[in-house]
Amino acid sequence: MADSLYTSWGRFPQIAQQGRRLEWRGDTLPEPLAGTNSLLPYGNGRSYGDVCLNRGGTVIDTRSLNRFISFDAETGVLRCESGVLLSQILELCVPNGWFLPVSPGTRYVTIGGALANDVHGKNHHKAGTLGCYVRALELLRSDGSRQVCTPEENTELFAATIGGLGLTGLVTWVEIALRQIDGPLLQEESIKFANLQEFFRLSELSDTDYEFTVAWIDCIAKGASLGRGLFSRANHTDGRSKADGADRGPRVSVPFQPPFSLINRLSLKAFNAFWYNRQRRKQQTRTVHYRPFFYPLDAIGDWNRIYGPRGMLQYQCVLPGEDGRDVLRKMLSDIASKGNGSFLVVLKIFGDRESPGILSFPRPGVTLALDFANSPEVFRLLDRLDAMTREVGGAVYPAKDARMSAESFQSYFPRWEEFAGFIDPAFSSSFWRRVTGDEL
Amino acid sequence: MSQVLVIGAGSAIAEAAARIYAGRGDRLFLVARDAARLDIIADDLRVRGAEQVDVLAADLTDRDRHAEIIAAAIDAMPELDVVLVAYGVLPDQGSCQQNVEDALYSIDVNFLSVIAFLTPLVNQLEERAKGTVAVISSVAGDRGRQSNYVYGAAKSGLDVFLQGLRNRLDKSCVHVLTIKPGFVDTPMTAHIPERGLLWAQPEDIAAGIVTAIDKRRNVVYLPGFWALIMLIIRSIPEAIFKKLNL
Repeated sequence: MADSLYTSWGRFPQIAQQGRRLEWRGDTLPEPLAGTNSLLPYGNGRSYGDVCLNRGGTVIDTRSLNRFISFDAETGVLRCESGVLLSQILELCVPNGWFLPVSPGTRYVTIGGALANDVHGKNHHKAGTLGCYVRALELLRSDGSRQVCTPEENTELFAATIGGLGLTGLVTWVEIALRQIDGPLLQEESIKFANLQEFFRLSELSDTDYEFTVAWIDCIAKGASLGRGLFSRANHTDGRSKADGADRGPRVSVPFQPPFSLINRLSLKAFNAFWYNRQRRKQQTRTVHYRPFFYPLDAIGDWNRIYGPRGMLQYQCVLPGEDGRDVLRKMLSDIASKGNGSFLVVLKIFGDRESPGILSFPRPGVTLALDFANSPEVFRLLDRLDAMTREVGGAVYPAKDARMSAESFQSYFPRWEEFAGFIDPAFSSSFWRRVTGDEL
Repeated sequence: MSQVLVIGAGSAIAEAAARIYAGRGDRLFLVARDAARLDIIADDLRVRGAEQVDVLAADLTDRDRHAEIIAAAIDAMPELDVVLVAYGVLPDQGSCQQNVEDALYSIDVNFLSVIAFLTPLVNQLEERAKGTVAVISSVAGDRGRQSNYVYGAAKSGLDVFLQGLRNRLDKSCVHVLTIKPGFVDTPMTAHIPERGLLWAQPEDIAAGIVTAIDKRRNVVYLPGFWALIMLIIRSIPEAIFKKLNL
């Protein structure tokens, strides 16, 4: 397959995606390229599966829409074009004492992409999703109209566009409310836990006093150690940083794609045991800069290459209620018994702050995220996980999905038909056609 | 703090360079054809930290406006440290061969209008005995090739003009920089379908330009490997070169 300019981060599915660039926010929408019949905005290609792809259609490349419009250093209100990267926002606002109200695990996503996937972060239990902090956005529709949507104005279109996967039109600019900080550092405690029971207890103890909580778990450990890991809890702190220089990007990169996946039973087992045992003490505290704290994987450029030419599949689900905890245990046993999984398996408790987005993914419960090297066996495993997620009324994150069935999607997002009414008639995506049963 | 005049500020390379100056807290004066786009860029540069940004919408092929542009820029920025000339068109070689008007238009934009603009401007700088004039030329000016020799001829003429200026102004402490970018991924080149290893991003070219201005370099190829490529291209004997398909 020829290397396309437009890929998704998981490198699966791989399609020859064509795109057209939009240079200025005042420009009209481009026509789909010859032989294609629909449009889809494309940001920085960091969603894992096919929400950012449009097979047989055209993507609108928004890289050039990376201009700031206004920033009030007194109130922390920022307005910028949709193609601005979160890394660029941080470079601007951190020296002025402001931070993103919600941040995903990479800073190399556009604000438009973050909004379209209604991203969440380690502070979901307190802060909700990014969509909760969007004050206004402008939507350019294929009929040529421009609609400013806010929580008070054009509210339905606003709710459809937050988490709307780019399908409601092209977002040209976004206005968000930032969060005040005293400096670029965080005070982080890392606590070792022996099993799932302890994870849930630590979460309950920590979620009130700590703005950021997340856990890494050893996905290979079985039996009494099932779900052992390291619990991280942190708050912003006012300490001064010795090295808050400019953002120089990744320090090392994966220079090329190996001919096969480097993630296998052996490397997984070794890494997970090493990582769990690296921390000797039960609890340790450190002061850490926001970049390694929020974006550990951004330090390694092109890390997705380690999964080889077939790419990887991400899976993130949320499981609500008491039943969700039992199901999580079943899922982890299934994953551990096959020796599948990844280096970075993450657990977190979502809070109950509701997002305005109709298709928003987070909801109260426990969320599990991990990735797998692409193989036929993994597809079967993920189908089993989907069945378990459906059973407890949970959901799977579209931003990370490349394979869920239409049946699963429609059970996870019962308001999908209501949402469909807001889709721009000229817009579509590979993901949307798949999960609505219109395969193309 | 520097005072920077950018001519052709709507180009992707110029915009990226202006962002670097804005980040340093410099003062900018932007000239481009499209008033709405100028305002968009100016807002962005203010947010990025520029001390002051003024704009003027003008078409540089309209020589009657050159005096006005220079006067307005010096009025807004009396110290005028840097002038970056970044406008130009990449004509379609095929239509230049069929249509004399197309060929002459590209010579007018890329060569004549630049000379017309620089001539009165450098006289002012010479009088004040300070400042840097940085002009974006192209690797295409290093040797005529069948695929773009009309564009190349304009840039080649520009290179010689700048050499002369540099020689003349050296004693006045006015510095002249010739910038020769290779393939850059910008709207000007968006119609070229292939994108290979030789292609660079406008941000990288802009960083190279600002460094070259800071270091008072004379001629820079950007990215630097183009110096080697063009050395090889220039040293091929004409008897062989004329048979090549470049």
